[in-house]
Amino acid sequence: MFGKLTWDAIPFDEPIPLITSLVVILGIVGIGIWVWRKGWFPALWHGYITSTDHKKIGIMYIVLALLMLVRGFADAIMMRIQQSMAIGASQGYLPPEHYNQIFSAHGTIMIFFVAMPFVIGFMNFVVPLQLGVRDVAFPTMNNVSFWLTASGALLVNVSLFVGEFARTGWLAFPPLSELEFSPGVGVDYYLVALQISGVGTVLTAVNFVTTILKTRAPGMSYLRMPVFCWTSLASNLIILAAFPVLTATLALLMLDRYLGFHFFTNDGGGNSMLYMNLIWVWGHPEVYILVLPAFGIYSEVAATFSGKPLFGYRSMVFATMVICIVSLMVWLHHFFTMGAGANINAIFGIASMIIGIPTGVKIYNWLFTMYGGRVRFNVPMYYLIGFMLTFVGGGLTGVLLAIPPVDFVVHNSLFLVAHFHHVIIGGVVFAIMAGYTYWFPKAFGFTLDERLGKIIFWCWFIGFHLAFMPLYVLGFWGGTRRMQHINDPSWAPWLNVALFGAVIIGVGIVLTVVQLLYSIKTREQRRDITGDPWDGRTLEWLTLSPPPHYNFAVLPDVHGEEAYWIRKQTAIKEDKLIDEPDYKPIEMPIDTPTGIIVAFFASVCGFAVIWHIWWLAIVGLIGAFAIFVWYAWQDEHEHIIPVEEVRANARERRRIRMEHLHTISQST
Amino acid sequence: MTTVEAPAIGLTHGGSEDTGLGHRGPESKSIVVPYGFWLFVLSDMVLFSALFATYASLSHATDGGPTSGELFDRTLVAIETMALLLSSFTCGLAMITAKRGNMIWTLGWLVVTGLLGLVFLSIELYEFATMIGEGAGPQRSAFLSSFFTLVGCHGAHVTCGLLWIGTMMAQVWTKGFREHIMRRLLCLSVFWHALDIIWVAIFTIVYLIGTLP
Amino acid sequence: MVPRSRAELRFPAGKAGLLAAMAMLASGCNRGILDPVGPVGQAEKTILINSTAIMLAIVIPTMIATLAIAWWFRRSNSKATYLPDWEYSGAVEMVVWGIPLLTIMLLGGITWISSHELEPSKPLASTKPPLKVEVVSLDWKWLFIYPDQGIATVNQLVVPAETPVTYRLTSATVWNVFFVPQFGTMIYTMPRMTTRLNLQADRQGVYDGLSAHFSGDGFPGMQFKAQVLPADQFAMWAQGAHGQGGALDPTSYAELSKPSSYVKPMTYGAVAPGLFDAIVANRVAQFQLPQAAPPPEQAPAAPAGG
Repeated sequence: MFGKLTWDAIPFDEPIPLITSLVVILGIVGIGIWVWRKGWFPALWHGYITSTDHKKIGIMYIVLALLMLVRGFADAIMMRIQQSMAIGASQGYLPPEHYNQIFSAHGTIMIFFVAMPFVIGFMNFVVPLQLGVRDVAFPTMNNVSFWLTASGALLVNVSLFVGEFARTGWLAFPPLSELEFSPGVGVDYYLVALQISGVGTVLTAVNFVTTILKTRAPGMSYLRMPVFCWTSLASNLIILAAFPVLTATLALLMLDRYLGFHFFTNDGGGNSMLYMNLIWVWGHPEVYILVLPAFGIYSEVAATFSGKPLFGYRSMVFATMVICIVSLMVWLHHFFTMGAGANINAIFGIASMIIGIPTGVKIYNWLFTMYGGRVRFNVPMYYLIGFMLTFVGGGLTGVLLAIPPVDFVVHNSLFLVAHFHHVIIGGVVFAIMAGYTYWFPKAFGFTLDERLGKIIFWCWFIGFHLAFMPLYVLGFWGGTRRMQHINDPSWAPWLNVALFGAVIIGVGIVLTVVQLLYSIKTREQRRDITGDPWDGRTLEWLTLSPPPHYNFAVLPDVHGEEAYWIRKQTAIKEDKLIDEPDYKPIEMPIDTPTGIIVAFFASVCGFAVIWHIWWLAIVGLIGAFAIFVWYAWQDEHEHIIPVEEVRANARERRRIRMEHLHTISQST
Repeated sequence: MTTVEAPAIGLTHGGSEDTGLGHRGPESKSIVVPYGFWLFVLSDMVLFSALFATYASLSHATDGGPTSGELFDRTLVAIETMALLLSSFTCGLAMITAKRGNMIWTLGWLVVTGLLGLVFLSIELYEFATMIGEGAGPQRSAFLSSFFTLVGCHGAHVTCGLLWIGTMMAQVWTKGFREHIMRRLLCLSVFWHALDIIWVAIFTIVYLIGTLP
Repeated sequence: MVPRSRAELRFPAGKAGLLAAMAMLASGCNRGILDPVGPVGQAEKTILINSTAIMLAIVIPTMIATLAIAWWFRRSNSKATYLPDWEYSGAVEMVVWGIPLLTIMLLGGITWISSHELEPSKPLASTKPPLKVEVVSLDWKWLFIYPDQGIATVNQLVVPAETPVTYRLTSATVWNVFFVPQFGTMIYTMPRMTTRLNLQADRQGVYDGLSAHFSGDGFPGMQFKAQVLPADQFAMWAQGAHGQGGALDPTSYAELSKPSSYVKPMTYGAVAPGLFDAIVANRVAQFQLPQAAPPPEQAPAAPAGG
């Protein structure tokens, strides 16, 4: 009846996961009751959960990412404490079977459920606004994508309370992840969760490539798109090319585990090197899926806060597309030490270095964007400069790793761990924090507290360096990764510095929550009435903060690379807005519970597959198909916003803009 | 053909005809939806290419078990292939009759398409059952694992296609040739033709090359 | 006066911190891969340092320029010229593409040459014939077989100084990486596959060795000592070990294969030729020691894959 699921799956004898799970469950129930009692549930249901509005979906992605960041960081600090404790005679407080789950969960969660939702969340919120359109190409599918991602995140976290998570590292290399060496349900949780969220990610990519290539405001030719849209396009193209490979690879491993196939097993002619190749064919491009949109965010920040157009726009676009293509051809550098031969190693090493060229160009272009500008040191600018200082170092160690003979001595070491945190924190996380601060007022109509924002920046910046520079040193000493216990006592000082750095990052994360609450409390003082708090240059700053569901009463005409900036400058010069256009009723997609119901069935089916409860898996599949057909039978997918409403909103916006225009004209 | 199509969801109205530097605003839904579906089909082809790569690298890992030359029956596969190619043709006919608004013929050709798909699937299942009966199941060797997965994944797609054909027929029957039904029919035919293309690759790489003397 | 006294207070503390940091860094720079004991590790260290120096020549000026430009063009600096429309310059573009391009061309050249010179399977140039060692990673310990000496060790690698060593490596369970940081190059050990590695150690001593690829619960205990002895002492050690301790046969191998971690070094005084290949083929159970002839009534060992 319940497959492999018994009461033994609940960790009654393990206090850490048990207490954590109980606190989380009580927290969720508590928040649920609170929302219900306050009467906010209908607003939540219609405003967010079933919403097809790209802005709301973007916000949900970022909320999910923030929650998972806390989970992933808890894993990180537990690992740091363990490594600081378990030196020499001491075994620390985490036995191997726990520690191994924690580092596997940390990697999986941070990449799939923190970095990806953050980046996709920003794309959701920003891309349609920057393109000057009203929504993505497929709004309902967008909602489904989000809920599938959330379903994957849910399953990973359920493993904390019911059963266990994988103990194989975040890429689950066979044969260690095969049934022979990992008989528990941990690897199954990993596989099923990633399959479900992977489907969501591919659908997102279909959606955004279509949106960017086929739905842009009139006049917005390719070379007038903001750089963030270009980098999002590149990122989504990589998703389309790489994520199906992940789906296939994980499916093959599932067939090995569930049906006794022999793809990667030690017996039956299986070949574990094949998995290594396939997973990195996805895994290396994944890095660029994350970092390209981050580069886009930096480009927006650099131009806005320097008060200048981005330097070398075309060069930037070209560099982005070069990275997009070359990123798919470098995967082998993850296993130079497999003995593939000198020619293959050298070719992939050089290909990996070639990515350094367009990346270097980007750094210089941001530098020359600041040159001749009037740089305003707001929080996003701190992150940009912090990134430029940090990332060149991470790039340096990356090129070192791309030289096969150097990789021969630092492969898989703490040097590698330091390197990828160097580029992911220095590159992606800093961009996420910059983007969060930059677009927050657009989403909610008030800015975040600057002073706290700067303290948070310093926490990340100093904390990162303290946490990871020691790992470079230990890497030089030959220290390898994923060690539950350290034999050599002389590592202790360096590990303690790393722990201290992680604590400082933790302070930064706590302060991020504090900053949010404090900013909400003092929101009246920090209202953004104009919709353009940073003197922006791209179309998202043209509309109100927060924008109406339909974004723009009339799709803007684009006349240059910086659509909004040109419009603003013309208005300032002529001291008047463009003539009032002829407003028309607007057709917008309606809310739909399809996404959350599909995700519900996907979660049920996934859970059933993990625990071998086959009847439930079939129920889940039939349920998902039924909701699909039900949705396909609906005729009404849009509703009309009456012209009166559109006109009234637009006139209000014009009034505010006129006032703002007068203040600007008087000040200059 | 000259009728103006409704623009895509949420993108209606207000777009001026100003072409700027080369773009005239959001495309209509009849462009956007098939375009998105095409992208999805492309990603599906990437998935198949991963399976092809797996098959290519494991096709000699027979672990002492039967090889491709011993297992495959060219005649049976030829019939199978003819059925699928023919079904693509009838799928095309269904699209033509749907454009003309002919309900009976559209449903008729869809039924024929579905039946031919069913023939294909039955032969495939028969082939699988025979092989498993001979002890050449997917658990026997890495080569057979990759064979069953590659061909089986295509078969699973055909099964989904059959479910879709059934659903589409019900929709055409109850809702008639509305704009969004026509779009879905177009997507269905894109999907069905894509399965054909993948099958041609499977036929060549797995069966033809596999049975070379 | 208050700020000044604060500054005075803080300064020595900062200085002490700086000194401590310097001391830590200095201690961090003469260990592991930065203190190689053989030609392979030495060459790799040289490439590491040269490439770092080449890149630092660009990275450090870039970092300084970032800070300088951001600071000089701050909004409040009225002396800085504002160029609100400056967004393109062919000359600058050429430089920003040129610098990374030239750097990568230089490093690419280094990569191509060094990848071929330091290819792990390439035998090292030496007047002495290489010693053969066969390495097997087990759950969670290392087995070193010396086929020419007819002995085997667990978690203890002994090699002669100034003599090239040719390793053949495999794994009996999951993937691991064989790595002695001070020797140089690491390489995967993979079940059913053999990798090759050539290393040489010139300086006598005992060095840390480890598995550098996570392999399960006992992974942190999968460490060993690599001892470099003068050639004559190595020969004495090998002779002394021969015949001492148990023999490594299918029974004792089965015993050894059982998962265990933090295993104390031990020696087998006899080992059957061909054991390594039997492990690669996963046929140890059917494997017979040639010197112990099978009983007549027993059927011969099953063929491959049986």
